[in-house]
Amino acid sequence: MRIHFKTSYAHDIRLFPDRWTLSIYGTLLLLAFALPYLLDEFFLGEVTNVLIWAIAGLGLMLLTGQTGQASLGHAAFLAIGCYANTILIEQGVPFIIAFPLAGVLTGVIGVIIAIPVLRLHGIYLAIATIALSVLADDIIVLTEPWSGGVSGKFPEMITIFGFEIERWSMPSRFYYLVLVVTIICTLFYRNLLRSPLGRAFAAVRDSEVSATAMGVHIARTKGKAFGLSCMITGWAGALMGYYAGTFNNETFSLVISITLLMMIVIGGLGSIHGAFFGAVVVAFLPQALSILKDNVVGSGVAIPGLETGVFGMILILFILFEPMGIYGRWLKIRTWFELFPFARKDMFRRQKSYLKTERLR
Amino acid sequence: MSLLEIKNATLKFGGVVAVNDLSFSVEEGEVYAIVGPNGAGKSTAFNLISRFYEPFAGSFIFDGTNLLDCEADQVADLGIARTFQNIELFEHATVLQNLLVGRHRHRKTTLLEEMFFTPRVRREEERHREAVEEVIDFLDLQPYRNKMIAGLPYGVRKVVELGRALASKPRLLLLDEPASGLSVEETQDMRWWIDDIRKQMGITVLMVEHDMGLVSGVSDRVLALADGAKLAEGTPAEVQANPAVIEAYLGAGAV
Amino acid sequence: MEVLQLLVSGLANGCVYGLIALGFVLIYKATEAVNFAQGDFMMIGAFVSLGLTNAEYMDLPFWIAAPLAISIMAVFGYLLDLFVLRHLFGQSQTAVVILTIAMGFVLRFVAGLIWGHEPQTLESPLALGDLHLGSVVLGMADVAIIIVTFLMTFFLYQFFQRTKLGLAMQAASQNQMAAYFMGIPVKRVQGLVWGLSGATAAVAGILFASKGAIDPNAGLLGIKAFAAAVIGGFGSLPGALAGGLIVGVIEPFAARYLAAGYSQIAPYALLLAVLVFRPHGLFSQVRVKKV
Repeated sequence: MRIHFKTSYAHDIRLFPDRWTLSIYGTLLLLAFALPYLLDEFFLGEVTNVLIWAIAGLGLMLLTGQTGQASLGHAAFLAIGCYANTILIEQGVPFIIAFPLAGVLTGVIGVIIAIPVLRLHGIYLAIATIALSVLADDIIVLTEPWSGGVSGKFPEMITIFGFEIERWSMPSRFYYLVLVVTIICTLFYRNLLRSPLGRAFAAVRDSEVSATAMGVHIARTKGKAFGLSCMITGWAGALMGYYAGTFNNETFSLVISITLLMMIVIGGLGSIHGAFFGAVVVAFLPQALSILKDNVVGSGVAIPGLETGVFGMILILFILFEPMGIYGRWLKIRTWFELFPFARKDMFRRQKSYLKTERLR
Repeated sequence: MSLLEIKNATLKFGGVVAVNDLSFSVEEGEVYAIVGPNGAGKSTAFNLISRFYEPFAGSFIFDGTNLLDCEADQVADLGIARTFQNIELFEHATVLQNLLVGRHRHRKTTLLEEMFFTPRVRREEERHREAVEEVIDFLDLQPYRNKMIAGLPYGVRKVVELGRALASKPRLLLLDEPASGLSVEETQDMRWWIDDIRKQMGITVLMVEHDMGLVSGVSDRVLALADGAKLAEGTPAEVQANPAVIEAYLGAGAV
Repeated sequence: MEVLQLLVSGLANGCVYGLIALGFVLIYKATEAVNFAQGDFMMIGAFVSLGLTNAEYMDLPFWIAAPLAISIMAVFGYLLDLFVLRHLFGQSQTAVVILTIAMGFVLRFVAGLIWGHEPQTLESPLALGDLHLGSVVLGMADVAIIIVTFLMTFFLYQFFQRTKLGLAMQAASQNQMAAYFMGIPVKRVQGLVWGLSGATAAVAGILFASKGAIDPNAGLLGIKAFAAAVIGGFGSLPGALAGGLIVGVIEPFAARYLAAGYSQIAPYALLLAVLVFRPHGLFSQVRVKKV
């Protein structure tokens, strides 16, 4: 087991607690940058997909894992980010401005939506956000002159100061773009966690009453969480648009919203790692299933609902047996090795709690 | 002028009068205790001061500021911190993080600075950390610094909650039953701490407590409540000797 | 007369939403959990009754098959609680929400495997004939739906208000620990509620499949039933029915009088409006928490 010998308060504020962790994440980053030279184009595309989902996951994680507000409507914000980015670029705004602006715009719209919606608790919030997700589809159809409606839109090629990036013809360039956005979002997330706002998020999640007593304005804090969450989600949406190559009103459906929420639960709520682990599952499950299916029942046979069905099954198993998600399991395995042979089975036992009514808030 | 002055506070829940025309004032630098049987309106009085409940009538003045002009979250900014009867901590955070939330009212950085974690944010964080370490030293919380609240025993949680309130460097500290559920030794500790909070830190304490030993040990003045109204007020000895108080506690005929 | 015709067909649809919403509210009242798979319960209930009744499957007489399907679904609900939901004891509401959504996915997948994805109709005696009242035409199935829904709501309401078990269910939701100490077998009570809601879903499924075709995605109707439950206020059984009727009636009118594209929005816009202006529904049950 590693022992941290701390000599200053700055120690706890650092991004990485010690050299060992720093070197692990440093190696990971180097590997990520070297990846286009190690993988073929197909797999590089898959990894890009994982990263885009991870960004979206980080966005939702900030809201659900950190602030405790479950949203089943985040596909709507993916859509807003995607459409905003594409429309801005069509209006002649350069990518380097349009892309960040699309995220900020999504965040602002998120805050505007959040003001009435965030007064709601638990299930009411979940249902309101479902309605948002359903409405987004209809609204895209209704705003056809801008959104292209059912026939959809094709995002233009990205140019940054004359440097061209395209998903199909230059997958490694697109990969680097996504990687940079991923790193920026992860850093934002991490920075928030170690500053007053991140603690206010946790305070709101765990006890609104005492958060208020400590001077945290509940509605404003939730609004900020929603806005930041939507901003990151908006960026993911814009990247998803490029990755898909075309999108219309059905691209960002309720199923995407639900998948996103399930993804962060499977990955592990409340941790940055969780968003990435979950993204790996979401991105690779369809491939794994189709390979499995081809081997078992033969290719060419379509089984509708197979992916969502299996995904649902995995989620149920996780909630029942490992509520902390993949990240929770990972922590347990790591601790077991670190403490070997002194790890005990009940070290991570959850405390039993009794449900109290939500009707008394 | 008193630090906290409450006049004619009244609150009803449906037909039940929880607090009835209650007036009292807390002087700067004293420990003021509210006692009374269950349902006497002690915690309700606290919740009125914290602005969780809207009073029907009455005035609440803290150091010249009208509390009724404040939202619940602005009360902390005035320098009023509190604990809760049934511990309200942030369960899925460490002791350190809980205490740091206490520093919330002293934050100076903006959202944008925090996203980029500018040097100013870092400096502020270190300053908050220092303030919190003082509280940790004061309350002997060192062994629990990085422990999750969810795994801590009740007595420690009680202390952490006190620490969170202290971390905000309040002028007035509201303690809602600080000794409930504590063992005899822990109650003793609590007594010394309340004494030191007043003497060393110069914080005024307003507390609700059932344990008469603790109340008479630390408080300068005591207010006895029954059915939401004032029964008696004075030094601990005076209140304990008051026949109306004895009757409210032990029932008629015991006098 | 057109208005009346729209109203009547809206009411019949609304009753189906209301029946599904009843299922949510039952579970919410007793366990504070929300079963996001209630629509899929209805779909499964419909398929089970169809599997028992239709000629190409078991070919049982409808009046034997229907009660059988209802019992099967009741047992299914109870077992689901026993083997899945009971293990969630003490986890957050969000976990239950996500779990039931996942359950919906699994149920849809399983139903597709067993009964295929082609829309099918229940060979039901309720589906025969129309009722002519002046110029208003009413399908017999619609009449049956309206009658059964109102009866169900009435009986369930009485059950919760009057019987000891019903009151125990309410107590169990408001404070589990206190209910334990009062001697209420909280876990079994919750199992019974899931059974009851399974039975309700089966009734809704039978009626729905008599009225029109069903396929594994029919459960997505549940989203509208949610809107209904929220509009009515989640804790209230008559509220659920009222909400269902409101959503049901709004739909045909919006389709008739609003421009294409806006009509699908109507129920959700209403839902959001209710959530914004009366956050806990029209028949609210929320009070302030004491600290």
